[in-house]
Amino acid sequence: MKQIKLNLNGEIRSVLVDPTETLLDVLRDKLGIKSPKCGCDRGDCGACNVLLNGRSVRSCLILAIETDGQEVVTVEGISQKGLSRVQETMINKNAFQCGFCAPGIIISATELLNNNPHPTLEEIKEALSGNLCRCTGYLPILEAVRESLEGGKNE
Amino acid sequence: MSELQYVGKSTVRIDGREKVSGATRFTEDLDYGPNLLYAVIVGSNEAHAYIKNIDVEAAQNYPGVAGVFTGKDFPYKFGLYLKDRYVFALDRVRFVGEQVAAVVARDIKTAERAAKLIKIEYETLPAIFDQMESFRSDALLIHPDLEEYSHVPWFCPQAGTNIAHWRKTRRGDVEKGFAEADVILEDEYHVPRYAHCPLEIHAAVGLCDLSGRLTVWASSQSPHTQRNLFAEVLAPLGFKHKDVRVIAPPIGGGFGGKAGVSMEILAAALATRLKGNPVKVVWSREQEFYNTSQRQGLIAKIKLGAKKDGTFTAIEHQLYWDTGASAEYGANVVNAVGLSAIGPYRYSNISIDSVCLYTNLPPCGAYRGFGYSEFMFGLESHITRLAAKLEIDPVALRRKNAIVEGDILAYGVPMNPSGLLQAIDQVAAEIDWGKKEISNDPNKVIGKGFSLIWKAPAMPPNASSAAFLKFNEDGSINLLVSGMDMGQGFLTVMAQIAAEILAVPVSKIRTENPDTDRNPYEWQTVASHVTWSCGNAVKKAALDARDQIFELITRVHYLPKDTLFLQDEMVKCRTQPKFQLPLKDFVINGIMTEDGTFKGGPILGRGIFMPEFTSANSDPETSQGGHPNVHYTVGAAAIKLEIDRETGEMHVKKAVEALDAGKAINPVLVKGQITGGLLQGLSTVFFEDMRYNDKGKLLNPNFTDYKIPTAKDIPDEIVPIIIEVPQPDGPFGARGVGEHTMIPAAPMVANAIENALGIRIKSMPITQEKVAIAILNKK
Repeated sequence: MKQIKLNLNGEIRSVLVDPTETLLDVLRDKLGIKSPKCGCDRGDCGACNVLLNGRSVRSCLILAIETDGQEVVTVEGISQKGLSRVQETMINKNAFQCGFCAPGIIISATELLNNNPHPTLEEIKEALSGNLCRCTGYLPILEAVRESLEGGKNE
Repeated sequence: MSELQYVGKSTVRIDGREKVSGATRFTEDLDYGPNLLYAVIVGSNEAHAYIKNIDVEAAQNYPGVAGVFTGKDFPYKFGLYLKDRYVFALDRVRFVGEQVAAVVARDIKTAERAAKLIKIEYETLPAIFDQMESFRSDALLIHPDLEEYSHVPWFCPQAGTNIAHWRKTRRGDVEKGFAEADVILEDEYHVPRYAHCPLEIHAAVGLCDLSGRLTVWASSQSPHTQRNLFAEVLAPLGFKHKDVRVIAPPIGGGFGGKAGVSMEILAAALATRLKGNPVKVVWSREQEFYNTSQRQGLIAKIKLGAKKDGTFTAIEHQLYWDTGASAEYGANVVNAVGLSAIGPYRYSNISIDSVCLYTNLPPCGAYRGFGYSEFMFGLESHITRLAAKLEIDPVALRRKNAIVEGDILAYGVPMNPSGLLQAIDQVAAEIDWGKKEISNDPNKVIGKGFSLIWKAPAMPPNASSAAFLKFNEDGSINLLVSGMDMGQGFLTVMAQIAAEILAVPVSKIRTENPDTDRNPYEWQTVASHVTWSCGNAVKKAALDARDQIFELITRVHYLPKDTLFLQDEMVKCRTQPKFQLPLKDFVINGIMTEDGTFKGGPILGRGIFMPEFTSANSDPETSQGGHPNVHYTVGAAAIKLEIDRETGEMHVKKAVEALDAGKAINPVLVKGQITGGLLQGLSTVFFEDMRYNDKGKLLNPNFTDYKIPTAKDIPDEIVPIIIEVPQPDGPFGARGVGEHTMIPAAPMVANAIENALGIRIKSMPITQEKVAIAILNKK
């Protein structure tokens, strides 16, 4: 067991981890962060995506011990000072159905929009292609991301 | 009726903010406290074998293990419609992965290590992986005690065979019908098994407290049905329904896979032996594939006759289903299809045999579409082919034979009102039917395919829904129902129905997730029936509350009841325009009268709905005499498919789907069902391909090897069309559409491929590889 410190959603958190524990398990079971979900435990589905130093990663494929001293942002962090524009658009467009994939998709969309404020539809599809959704057929989610763009859709 | 204010509006989902902010707590997200135990389930390596011995000693002695359990601890049979499965395999295993033992410990790693120490000794038996082999009269019996299993009265298991159920429907005289035909087409179609793949894997936590009350939290479509089955299975331990509580948190997708009871029984049973400790059972994605339920495989033989003018004269449809090791739910899929395998067409002469066959593959059950996607692949392929033989346009042939209100269904009851013809016409117009299109790429061709849609809810004749409606001090409402919102928007739609009756905005209504201790009964959230069934119960609960309000006003203010109405959260009176009483002023605390006393009290609405006109009683040789289905929802769909004539690569340029929702309570949610369901259907055509080895082991139980679509695999355009021909007994005319959305996908793709390439593919999936090989073979 090793004590690690990470900047989690803007707060320095200290936690004792086993070297084999994944970031996903530590977030969920030891730090009370439940928005990242386990949908496959092997990096296929993207439901466990979090931002690690601003980049989206599969938290089921990262060992918690590797994140010592680093910055982790989850949907709880994105939501804590009011929802982001893309989240509000997702609500208004009824973008999700069951919503299990939503946190992972919000992480991917947030990363995309942080790096590329005016993505094309193809760029949005590419950015979200690592997140599986079984309910929506993706179209309402893509529409919501497009509508959230500053100045409307970008063709 | 005055104009609708809340029903028919594309309201934002009432649970949208919870889901998008990360606040939604699914079963595994809840905190069960430091006393939580984890169970690891040991599955069978054998497809069919006797269990000779299970050596649990080493596991039991492993430090930190709280208990090891096997079939001997819970020798109880269970099942929804047919009791043919055990909590754990008892004396034999019937599929690879079947649960044989559980190891429970304080942490999952200890349980996993100890589970590896369990030694199971098998005596291998020959196994059956093909339903036609299972159908042979000399086949090895998978359930030798079948005749002793209890089942619902409308099932016909055949003792001494592997036939769990055989639904026969006969009407008219098919021999005469075929004799009258100018053209007869006969062929066979194959549909393999599929997996539901909800993003949230099955999870259940059981807690039997020291007083003996059992609570189960489960990712479930069926909390009340689960409570009923848990109480029934565990009755030998002294459980009564009142002492069993099922709490169903929001679920991350179901698609039928979380209907009935599968792995949840393990959490319930284990908890009874580890009192005071919550026991968690969570499947891995791998177990999710092979030990919940799958969609049944089908081999369908169709013979269809028509006159020169296109009039259908007879249909003979034989359907052989691979239901796997247990038929407790799957047999009802077989039953539903046996009553409906005519499709949305009119015939005088009908013969259907739908046969449910045990095999040594994983058990099958409900899957969005409940058998209709499977048989409609063959039937809608067949009709396009018959049209070519008749030299009639395939849409015109469908239109000519399309079933309309009053036509007699296969089981002898008239068809309900429907907008089938409108759906056909609107889809044909939207896809430019008849217009040949040419790809910009010379290596590619474009084909168009058409299919009709048809499905009835498959329910026991007494499946019912109930609702409680409670006002709060501020005039807001908590609505208690036990349907599940698995993404379709049930909670929102129920709120819209209550809002409409009570003139309270949807934003002031909270619909509560089921907890069987406090929410009233719901059979299950399956069959695309809750908008209709529970919607009726909610409407009645709201009318009941409104009635109580009006009676109170009449009692206190002496205004005649029939002059009162609700508007803008107030009671108003037609004859006294100045009378306006806000609901919040009295719905909890009543109304003060002149002497300072109060009249009234909390307003509590109650509503129930049961379709009292249905009956499963019928002649088992013909299925005539009953009224098994409440109604059918119909529609039409078409696709424009671009195909690379070298590589077989396919791309959907456009898909159109029209469904008759009766009344779309929330149009944007209906359209969301179409967009999502259609892609799920297309996924079964293009991508999903379950592979078993010759020992019955599933080889691709993960998303790397069993591909489901990503955002890059979607059609360029989907056009959803809502038709509204009201269902007379539906709330505001509504009927269900959730499952129907995926039904046309496979046949319309097969029809488009033939249209483009002249190649007919008669088995699913229709992968790029299969198309490329077919192109090569044609050359």
